[in-house]
Amino acid sequence: MAPDEIVGLLDLAETYVDLNRGADKKASVLRGRTQINLFFEPSTRTQMSFELAGKRLGADVLNMAVASSSTKKGETLIDTAMTLNAMHPDVLIVRHHDSGAVKLLSEKVNCSVINAGDGTHEHPTQALLDALTIRRTKGKIGGLLVAICGDVLHSRVARSNIHLLNSLGARVRLIAPPTLLPSAADRLGVEIFTDMKKGLIGCDIVMMLRLQTERMQGSFVPSIREYFHFFGLDRQKLALAKPDAFIMHPGPMNRGVEIDSEVADDIDRSLIRQQVEMGVAVRMACLDVLSRNLPEAGRNAP
Amino acid sequence: MSRIAFTNVRLVDPASGRDETGELLVVKGEIADLGPKLFDRIPDDAFVIDGKGAVLSPALVDMRVQLREPGEEHKENFETASHAAAAGGVGTMVALPNTRPPVDEPSLVEFVERRAKAVGLVDIRTYGAVTKGVAGKELTEIGLMAAAGAVGFTDGTQTIASALVMRRALSYAKTFGQVILNHAEEPALTSDAGMNEGEIATRLGLPGIPAAAEAIMLDRDMRLVELTGGRYHAAHISTRAGVEVIRAAKKRGLSVTCDTAPAYFALNETAVGDYRTFAKLSPPLRSEDDRRAVVEGLTDGTIDAIASDHAPHDQDSKRLPFAQAASGILGLETLLPLTLELFHNNHLKLQLALQKITSAPAALLGLETGRMAKGRRADLVLFDPERPYRIDVDSFRSKSKNSPFDGRPVEGKVLVTVTSGRVVHDARGS
Repeated sequence: MAPDEIVGLLDLAETYVDLNRGADKKASVLRGRTQINLFFEPSTRTQMSFELAGKRLGADVLNMAVASSSTKKGETLIDTAMTLNAMHPDVLIVRHHDSGAVKLLSEKVNCSVINAGDGTHEHPTQALLDALTIRRTKGKIGGLLVAICGDVLHSRVARSNIHLLNSLGARVRLIAPPTLLPSAADRLGVEIFTDMKKGLIGCDIVMMLRLQTERMQGSFVPSIREYFHFFGLDRQKLALAKPDAFIMHPGPMNRGVEIDSEVADDIDRSLIRQQVEMGVAVRMACLDVLSRNLPEAGRNAP
Repeated sequence: MSRIAFTNVRLVDPASGRDETGELLVVKGEIADLGPKLFDRIPDDAFVIDGKGAVLSPALVDMRVQLREPGEEHKENFETASHAAAAGGVGTMVALPNTRPPVDEPSLVEFVERRAKAVGLVDIRTYGAVTKGVAGKELTEIGLMAAAGAVGFTDGTQTIASALVMRRALSYAKTFGQVILNHAEEPALTSDAGMNEGEIATRLGLPGIPAAAEAIMLDRDMRLVELTGGRYHAAHISTRAGVEVIRAAKKRGLSVTCDTAPAYFALNETAVGDYRTFAKLSPPLRSEDDRRAVVEGLTDGTIDAIASDHAPHDQDSKRLPFAQAASGILGLETLLPLTLELFHNNHLKLQLALQKITSAPAALLGLETGRMAKGRRADLVLFDPERPYRIDVDSFRSKSKNSPFDGRPVEGKVLVTVTSGRVVHDARGS
């Protein structure tokens, strides 16, 4: 996405923040539309967030729990897509454990598809909600210094955030042990630090990533204790960032692994709860924009 | 059609260095004679093929194909592969043993011979597996399989991971003068994502396979060749480091050869683009620098042969998320034009380019083919090296259609293929 398109989406999301804070949270831009949440990988918060976003915009929202469905019986991704496509959904929200799977699926259906995270590739709405959170807190994104810390290797959130923050003019640092960095991380337009204490100096935003033990085969870090000692965010390390630096985390958090509860729960410094709130607003904005490209109501698609 | 007379052809035979305009006569499956101005009068009963100046050379010898039979006949079988081979100018193909069941005992080697004869279009030979079930643990009956007709030993697409097994295979196969071929890739550094480690893999969020995985295994194998005095062949070299290991080993006088496949000199990792599973190979497509090194290796002779690495897969095995998709691409019908790119790009002389797909693989497997000389079996290919066209997978005879080269403009069209003195493919009209 071009920077002005991103800014446009964030502006639209702002209006939904206000709507969501009011008593009547209902809009109608998606009235009559069908939204299917297709999650091949379990996720509570993202799925809930998309469900709420769709419902608040008036769509009929279905959740397809894939773990208990036909893929377990050997159905391929494409067959699942074709089956759902035959039911004429307007929007598919897809999460999949393989990089590129959402793109593959989107080529086979004729409705809008939102990537809710594919493998270790991208998680675009997370990056958008992080950007919105940062912009509302700091008033801007351009010129800020953002540190993304932890398990970058397995993180689609990191890839999407690097992409988005770079296009909006922020400087990005990656802080992680080399075993948790992708091999060509230096080609992504970021500065790389393997010493968290040095990397945090001067940062405006400290974005922590979850240590994704479920994606790990073999030993990436020797122990949680050692990881927390060198790469866990605690008050001491946070003190090296700017005094007004904020903490973010895409959740779910591993307390005592990548982040100390003391800083995670510090309402003056932690934006973690705002991120969740912005998530719903950003996803409403995405659905809204996509719905504008859907065929007009009353005129059925060919 | 017991006699075929080729007239007005450019006779190119890499083994003898022959390159002259002339004629060639086939009698009863053998090359009766060849040379300039052979015929005062063409024999009346001969089937005459006027080459109109096209190149006549030995039919290609493809030393690495997967035929999928037995076990996966929905992807390819002896018959469809034979038609594909004939259309591609391939007269002899050597099958990998990793079928289901794998070719790991003499009766299965005989099965391949029997089926090949039944189809009878091109010559089909097979490797025997090095280990039972290609599981990498126990040695197979290498001696008995060699006696049954196996032309070399390999676990095919599986790396022989254990240094101990490789050591024993190299020393034991020596007894029977057999070569051990290895897919050289350190398994611990190899992921099923099938992507070269680097910027593209990082951006796509795919775990990469470092180029070092190839060199590490080759380094180990070179030590074992030195230790055992066995004969070793490295399959499909894909990296600069890999080429360098082989180059150094040859300099040291080790009994080592290697091949590569067209994808490794005609494409690089950018072909993967946005998760194109047709560009998923094992080893993966590498960086541009690696591709250039493979070309250099071919030019300076480090890489002895080019094999098509024919790996047919049906749609269901490829229309999947990248990490889950099967590895490998078709090769039989694109081997000649892609190899000729090396000639057209001035990397190799025509003789040398042809040598890599005829006499060189034949010699290193001890096959009696790949040469165009009096008394030899008449396995020939007539082709126009300059004729331009676009590769069109829909026209492929292979049962599968998985090729990343669809639509690629190439030069070099197979006109006629002859095996054992019979015309098995004739596209002069098209």
